[in-house]
Amino acid sequence: MSEKLVVGISDYKKAKGTGMLVTYALGSCVGICLYDKQAKVGGLSHIMLPDSAMFANVETNRMKFADTALPDLYAELKAMGANPARLTAKIAGGAQMFQTSASSKIGQIGERNVKMVKQVLAALKIPIIAEDTGANYGRTVFFDVADGSVKIQSLNRIVREM
Amino acid sequence: MFKSYDDLSDVQIDVLREIGNIGAGNAATALATILNEKVDISVPKVRISGFDEAVNALGGAETLSVGVLVDFFGEARGMMMFLLKLDEAKNIMDVLIHDDDGETDENGLSEMKLSAIKEVGNILSASYINSLSVLTGLTINVSIPGVAIDMVGALMDVPIIEFGSIGDKVMFIEESFLGETNDISSNIIMFAEMETLKVIMERLGLEL
Repeated sequence: MSEKLVVGISDYKKAKGTGMLVTYALGSCVGICLYDKQAKVGGLSHIMLPDSAMFANVETNRMKFADTALPDLYAELKAMGANPARLTAKIAGGAQMFQTSASSKIGQIGERNVKMVKQVLAALKIPIIAEDTGANYGRTVFFDVADGSVKIQSLNRIVREM
Repeated sequence: MFKSYDDLSDVQIDVLREIGNIGAGNAATALATILNEKVDISVPKVRISGFDEAVNALGGAETLSVGVLVDFFGEARGMMMFLLKLDEAKNIMDVLIHDDDGETDENGLSEMKLSAIKEVGNILSASYINSLSVLTGLTINVSIPGVAIDMVGALMDVPIIEFGSIGDKVMFIEESFLGETNDISSNIIMFAEMETLKVIMERLGLEL
């Protein structure tokens, strides 16, 4: 059993060689697994919001936003020995949990998170090789850095490999 | 100046606790009427915590729960969530609906029961917000409710994203309901925008 590293909300973690990166109960948040299979270097990011530009004038956690978390994680994986040209991505989450929030400023946030994650990954030239996003249910992500496999667990749904 | 939830003083937190007490007291009266059962409320907790701690405080990320979410808006803005474990939701529904032979879904709740739990959440949230409105004189509207059954972490994503966009903490006022004879333990949780907290404090004569 490899070491389990829990990734919180607005957080990312990395591992090399072995390690199970886990993030629990993604709702509208998105989990992004970046992996270099050859170097066995991987990272899992749990982002909450798409765009840090909306909050440019306040001190904030860069790991909260897709546009800042992913380039930061990319650079850190590179520093750990990952070859950027070999990085691939698997993404999960971005659900719409409640059919309400008429007054909410952040309606459709899950969808917007996924869209921004895709934009940022495209800009970093990282291909998305698997995706389980949208719909209306939560997801827990298990990312095994030993082989790059990702399991998604949802309530009442069997564990899916991707 | 009031920039983050951490800036709330002890006196202001006491005021929020009292708002929670009055709001949940009203909601508990409504719940007791609906269930025809004596309902006790806990001492309110005002939590100012990191995102993961907030989820853990409400049972842990993967705990299977039912959430009913209502937005409030107008002169005060925030969200109310009625949150309870799936088994407790089933207990409440058994008290409320005796002969229901509707088809149950994968969670063991019929559409009628799910709809009823949504309405219970709606009534409790509206009672709570109504008392806030009376107390402060603010005009507050509530949205139609939304209901979801999922892991607590996924349900809490919604208010956490809404109120955690600035800073790394959320503030919520949490109270539990306890039934005298049936196990109907459940929580009512209020999240409010910082601007709203400021307005509430001003209305109650407290400067920030």
